[in-house]
Amino acid sequence: MADLPKADELFKSINYTPPSTGWMDTPVDTSPGNWCYPAKAEKLEYLGMPNPREWNPADVDWKLPENWQEIVKEGFRERLDKYRSLKVFMDICVRCGACADKCHFFIGSGDPKNMPVLRAELMRSIYRGEFTLAGKILSTLTGSRVMTEDVLKEWFIYFYQCTECRRCSLYCPYGIDTAEVTMMARELLHLCGVNINWILEPVSNCNRTGNHLGIQPHAFKDIVDFMVDDIEEITGKRLNVPMNEKGHEVIFITPSGDVFADPGIYTFMGYLMLFDHIGLDYTLSTYASEGGNFGLFTSADMMKKLNAKMYAEADRLGAKWILGGECGHMWRVINQYMDTMNGPANNLEVPVNPITGTVFENARQTKMVHITEFTADLMKHNKLKLDPSRNDHIRATFHDSCNPARAMGLMDEPRYVIKNVVKNFFEMPEQTIREQTFCCAGGSGLNTDEIMEIRMRGGLPRGNALKAVQEQHDVNMLSCICAIDRATLPPLANYWAPGVDVCGVHELVGNALILDGEKERETDLRFNPLPGKEG
Amino acid sequence: MHYGGKIITGLVIFLGLVSMPFWFNIGGSYEEPKVELPKNAKVCVAPTQNMRENHMKLLDQWRDMALREGKRTYISAKGDKYTISLQNTCMQCHTSKEQFCDKCHVDASVTPYCWDCHVPPKEAK
Amino acid sequence: MNALYSLVLVFALVLIALFGVGSAHMAGLFGTLLPYVAVAVFLVGFANRIIGWAKSPVPFRIPTTGGQQKSLDFIQHDRFDNPVTPGQTFIRMILEICCFRSLFRNTKVELRDGRVTYASSKFLWLFSLLFHYSFLLIVIRHMRLFFEPVPECIAFVEMIDGIMQIGVPRLYMSDLLILAGLGFLLGRRLKDPKLRYISLVTDYFPLLLIIGIALSGIYMRYFEHVDILAIKKLTMGLVTFSPVIPEGVSVVFFIHLFLVCVLLVYFPFSKLMHAGGVFLSPTRNMPNDTRINHHENPWNDPNIKPHSYEAYEDEFREAMIEAGLPVEKKA
Repeated sequence: MADLPKADELFKSINYTPPSTGWMDTPVDTSPGNWCYPAKAEKLEYLGMPNPREWNPADVDWKLPENWQEIVKEGFRERLDKYRSLKVFMDICVRCGACADKCHFFIGSGDPKNMPVLRAELMRSIYRGEFTLAGKILSTLTGSRVMTEDVLKEWFIYFYQCTECRRCSLYCPYGIDTAEVTMMARELLHLCGVNINWILEPVSNCNRTGNHLGIQPHAFKDIVDFMVDDIEEITGKRLNVPMNEKGHEVIFITPSGDVFADPGIYTFMGYLMLFDHIGLDYTLSTYASEGGNFGLFTSADMMKKLNAKMYAEADRLGAKWILGGECGHMWRVINQYMDTMNGPANNLEVPVNPITGTVFENARQTKMVHITEFTADLMKHNKLKLDPSRNDHIRATFHDSCNPARAMGLMDEPRYVIKNVVKNFFEMPEQTIREQTFCCAGGSGLNTDEIMEIRMRGGLPRGNALKAVQEQHDVNMLSCICAIDRATLPPLANYWAPGVDVCGVHELVGNALILDGEKERETDLRFNPLPGKEG
Repeated sequence: MHYGGKIITGLVIFLGLVSMPFWFNIGGSYEEPKVELPKNAKVCVAPTQNMRENHMKLLDQWRDMALREGKRTYISAKGDKYTISLQNTCMQCHTSKEQFCDKCHVDASVTPYCWDCHVPPKEAK
Repeated sequence: MNALYSLVLVFALVLIALFGVGSAHMAGLFGTLLPYVAVAVFLVGFANRIIGWAKSPVPFRIPTTGGQQKSLDFIQHDRFDNPVTPGQTFIRMILEICCFRSLFRNTKVELRDGRVTYASSKFLWLFSLLFHYSFLLIVIRHMRLFFEPVPECIAFVEMIDGIMQIGVPRLYMSDLLILAGLGFLLGRRLKDPKLRYISLVTDYFPLLLIIGIALSGIYMRYFEHVDILAIKKLTMGLVTFSPVIPEGVSVVFFIHLFLVCVLLVYFPFSKLMHAGGVFLSPTRNMPNDTRINHHENPWNDPNIKPHSYEAYEDEFREAMIEAGLPVEKKA
């Protein structure tokens, strides 16, 4: 962090002209700052993953297994046979370059290997060299090469400089999805024991304690109790929060980031207040206390294993359906993988909003509803008592998280909720929101501090858009529906648009909600004085 | 095969379309069109192969000479003089549009716009 | 450098045909045998490639959503950028394949006075469309050489293509437009440093090859005035499986035909297969409906189980009891 250049210096250092050496001849920089710390041996051992060892990416020797080339090749072949996406994406790219300047990491770094097309070529060149006849015979003419240790190192650096945000995929005329390529590359790297701790420690925590942060059940309860205390202090009302209780209609699962640190905890308080306000019959679970799923950034098998807890716990507690909190990649898993991997959830019922009677037909198979869908429905039916003026000190904008935007299409629900509780709402430039939204540059397990410069570079497009609305509309709050965003956007905003805070959508809801029997509030959920109560 | 039905159907349609020239002509044969040659003349304004390839250029040139420049006389490569006129020179020998012009034009799917202005000679029934 | 390699390759191909037919008198080889081989390789290779892709399953439904999902009644659903029914997905695919929907979104990033700016950049979309549609028109027009009598619809396409009635023989608009399209696609590869950086020989080669085909065709029609009936005799001979090499067929025709044969043979083994691949792209050809309908993954492993609640409670039971959390088994 210390040697992070100033924002304007970093901006000036960006150069989109590629180096004079061809990309295959440009060596990869493995000096510290270019990679996340490798996974600890004990975590790999716990998860039963290959080649646990102490190693350092800055060293020449990565202590790979003896036959690692064979392992990668076989793993590659296996995945080509398992995923049509991979096979097609390896074959049909025409290198039109439409994706080149769509990646936030390229925009912020100018490193040509951050162009999605070239990122995928890192893998395609091996595919052509190992699996196609033409590539084997005419290697230079077809842009093919064989797997060497340098290539593997290049993979490690650049496939951990992709946040699987899928922005490139939106613009690709064939829908080639770099996220899919990155996932496969990371799976192949796992086979050789090349991986990062920031992903595998949460994965192993999540497996054991139920959440990424390793919060044990009693500690989880303590944290929730603290939040209940805070809510009582602000509203004068003590809420009852059921945990691990059987026989409730709904089980609520949200990312554990929301119970861990601000600003996530304010969002969590917002959820609890909402549930109390409408008298929802719900429970939390400590066993399934993680909405997020770093398995998505590890492998399909790990994703399935972690995700399986949701249905298992809903069954155990006898809930009818699942309500999910604000989280980005969590919703990619729920929307695109959950039912395929762990469904059908025959013991659950098609979700019905008990307050409004709305049947969530769009979730009739997964039985899982997004909290902003739920809240928007409540608002539409006027079931909430709201005082938006309590958010008058907030001038908000909204950051679409990559996964809800491009792997789900959840865009107007959160906006509907925000507009009901905040009077001053302003959109960022159109090319940076909705399906064209930019990543926070910390997704897919990259929200770690040792690559802070890479993150800040990748955060440039978002930060710059934020600065634009800050200058134009005095925006002072960046709202979002993702726990990773709530962890990564504060340093990003502080770097590119100082003075803007970050919040979850349900924090704004919590501020505006008028609970039955509450006292007159003096502060918002952050204990900042409400407008007109500053004295 | 995941979605095999759709894929195979699409593939068969595509291959069918691409190979249509082959299966459409199965059992067929092709005869080069036979044009009716003039009975009363042996020499054209230019050699036969040249006329086959370039008659449209010559006609175009004649149109420009006659209509835009007012020249009505054409001297051929052999030095013979011809009056520039589709109806009075060309069609004097090639009396039938149907038996001469159309034969090849139809075969090669060429639709010249000569007859937008010119009136073809009456065909003998 | 890669562009130069490709140019040399295409020139070499032209020379092969030129000497093969012109000096070595192998018109039979170039005019009959090669076309058959090329068509066979194309058909079999194309089918092979598609079936090769199709053999791999689609384990997950992973559409890239480009608009608002279908959720609550009062929220406007973006049906064609985020389809949920097969019909909507079909229209999304039509838009993608016939209108290049995704390319239409293209923007261009620039850094200006401390700002990241996004300009609309539709030239790639426009010229790609021009190229692909011109190519299609040209292929359809060429069908006059393979049918007797020539079907009305082919004549109609020709009529439209030459409707400007410029010059003799009439100028086809598609001839100019395909050159404009190809010229743009080649020009941007050479001019944009980013694109030059990512371009391989296999990116320049098909462009130059198709330019070679277009130019030789244009030369025959507008400059050399080849004997079209002699050519039709040859092409009809091919499709009726009674090949002949008639008198009077220009050597340029053999160059043109040879380049087309090379393209046909090259096609199934190259990136040109994007033509078939785009239909199989899972981020475009699937509805975003996995919360509504079950999708089956054929290799889903039922043996992957979560770390069980029992094991979890066993590990934390005491602390849970102490904290007042409900447990299944009391100590």
